[in-house]
Amino acid sequence: MAKQILSPLPGTFYRRPSPDKPVFKEVGDAVKVGDVIGLIEVMKSFNEVAADQDGVITGFPADDEEPVMAGQPLVELG
Amino acid sequence: MAIRKLLVANRGEIAVRIIRAAKELGIRTVAVHSLADADSLAVKLADEAVPIGPPAASKSYLKIEAILEAARLTGADAVHPGYGFLAENADFADAVEAAGMVWVGPKGDSIRVMGDKVAARIAAESAGVPVVPGSDGRIDDPDQARAVALAIGFPVMIKAAAGGGGRGIRIAHDMEEFERLMPQASAEAKAAFGDGGLYMEKVIERARHIEVQVLGDGTRAVHFFERECSLQRRRQKVWEEAPSATLPQAMRERLCASAVALAEAVGYRGAGTLEYLYDDASGQFYFIEMNTRIQVEHPVTEMVTAVDLVREMIRIAGGEPLRYRQEDIRLTGHAIEVRICAEDPAKGFAPAPGTISALRVPGGAGVRFDTMLYQGYTVPPFYDSLLGKLIVWDEDRASAIARMRRALDELAVEGLPTTRPLHMLLARDPEVAEAAFHTRWLEPWLERNAHRLEETPE
Repeated sequence: MAKQILSPLPGTFYRRPSPDKPVFKEVGDAVKVGDVIGLIEVMKSFNEVAADQDGVITGFPADDEEPVMAGQPLVELG
Repeated sequence: MAIRKLLVANRGEIAVRIIRAAKELGIRTVAVHSLADADSLAVKLADEAVPIGPPAASKSYLKIEAILEAARLTGADAVHPGYGFLAENADFADAVEAAGMVWVGPKGDSIRVMGDKVAARIAAESAGVPVVPGSDGRIDDPDQARAVALAIGFPVMIKAAAGGGGRGIRIAHDMEEFERLMPQASAEAKAAFGDGGLYMEKVIERARHIEVQVLGDGTRAVHFFERECSLQRRRQKVWEEAPSATLPQAMRERLCASAVALAEAVGYRGAGTLEYLYDDASGQFYFIEMNTRIQVEHPVTEMVTAVDLVREMIRIAGGEPLRYRQEDIRLTGHAIEVRICAEDPAKGFAPAPGTISALRVPGGAGVRFDTMLYQGYTVPPFYDSLLGKLIVWDEDRASAIARMRRALDELAVEGLPTTRPLHMLLARDPEVAEAAFHTRWLEPWLERNAHRLEETPE
C-alpha cells in the first residue's frame, strides 16, 4: 500500500500558507519528517500538518480549501 | 412593511435565537445553511431550510448572491444577519433592500460610517462623546508631535498613519523615550508603507470594557444600560455582565446619555452597541467603536431589563416605531453570561469539534442557556467554537455568581472538551467576586492558573 500522510484533525485543508503564497509542496517534491505539507483550519485556528515519514509526493488526494475528516489522506508518497 | 417571512442569514446559537423571536411574533422563518449544517438546530426549528453552499463560510454564509437567491426561492420578505458573517456588510444591507426586502439592521450608510474608525471617531466627537485622546489625523512635523504628546499625556502610542496590522507601533512612557522612538516609528512606517506620517493616541493601560446597548427607530433612540465585558482572552470576551459592578451611578448616566446622543445623531435604526474603555482610576471613559448589529452578549441586557431585544429589532425593521420611552426601561438585579466554547482549557484552548454524546442543560429560576446543541449533534470544525451561552440572573451580583456556580455544576456536555472548567474557576475566584479586573486581567490569570485548568479535564 502506498504511504500516506493523514489529516490529524477534522477541518479545512489548505495547501498554501496564505491565499497569495505558493503551495507548501508540489507533486514530485521530496519530503522529510517534519516538513510542513499544509494547514488544517479548525474553528478559525490554523494548524500546521507535518510529514510523519520521508518520501516523494505522488499525489494530493485532498483538494486545496476543501473539508477533510481526521484520518483522511492528504498526501500520497512514493 | 409588516414582515411575514424572515430569512436568517446565519448559523449556530444566534440563528436559533432569531428563529425563536420571529416565531413569537407570528413570522415564518427560513434557515439558510451550508452542507455541513444540514442537521443544525436552526434548520430543525425553522419553517423552511435552504442549502446555500459547501461548508466553507466563504462559499456559503458569506455568499450574498446565494442568500438572496434563497430569499427569492422561498418568498422571504426580510433578512436578519445575526452577528459575524455579513452582519456588518453595508453592501449586503443595500443588496437586501435593493431586492425589495426588509433588512433587520441599520441602513447600509450607517454601517459604513460606524465601520470606518476615523468617520466613527468624528461622529462620536461631534455628538459630544469622548474618544481616546489623540492627534486629530496625521502628524508629519516632529515639533507638532512633541506638542501633541505633551497635550494627551504619557504613555503615548505612536502608529503609522498609513498602516495597519501593528506595523510601526511604538509605546513611549516619557518624553525621552518619545524622542528615541518617534524617528524609529516614522522610519518603519516609511519602509513598510512608503509614508512616514504618524498618528498618536493615549495608551489606556488599565481599563474596563464597558458597552452600552441602544435601540433606535431611525429618529429616536433609547439605551438599555451597560454591560461590562472586561474578562477577555485574545480580545475575545469570555464572561459578560450587566450592569457593570463598579460604575458609579453618575458615570452610568453620562455614559448611557452619550450613547443615545450618538445613536440619534446618526439616525440609528435597530439594535446597536457603543463600546467604551473606562478607566476607573481617573473616572474617564472613551468611545472605541460602535457595533451595528445584535451582539453575542445581548442576553445579559435582556435579563436585567426584561426586554426581548431581538424581537424589538424585528418589530422596528417591520416599520413599528420604538415602543419604549427611556423612563420605561428599568434596570433590575444582575446578570452574568459565560461563553461555553468547544475548546480545551487544559490544552491551551485548542478548538475541538466532535459529537455530543450526552447533554444536561441547567435549569431552575434565573437560568437561561442559549445554545445550538442537542444530544447526538456533531459540531462541525468549520466555524466559530461557540456552542452556547449560559446566562444567569439574580437580585444582586453575589447571588448571581452563586447561581452561576450552581448552573455550571448542572451543565454537562459530553463528547468534546468545553470551556466550562475555566468558568467554574472564575466563578470561585476572589478577584472576580470583587469585580477587581480589567481587560488585561484574564491572560496573566490564565498563565498563573494553567495547572489548575489542567487538573480539571472535562
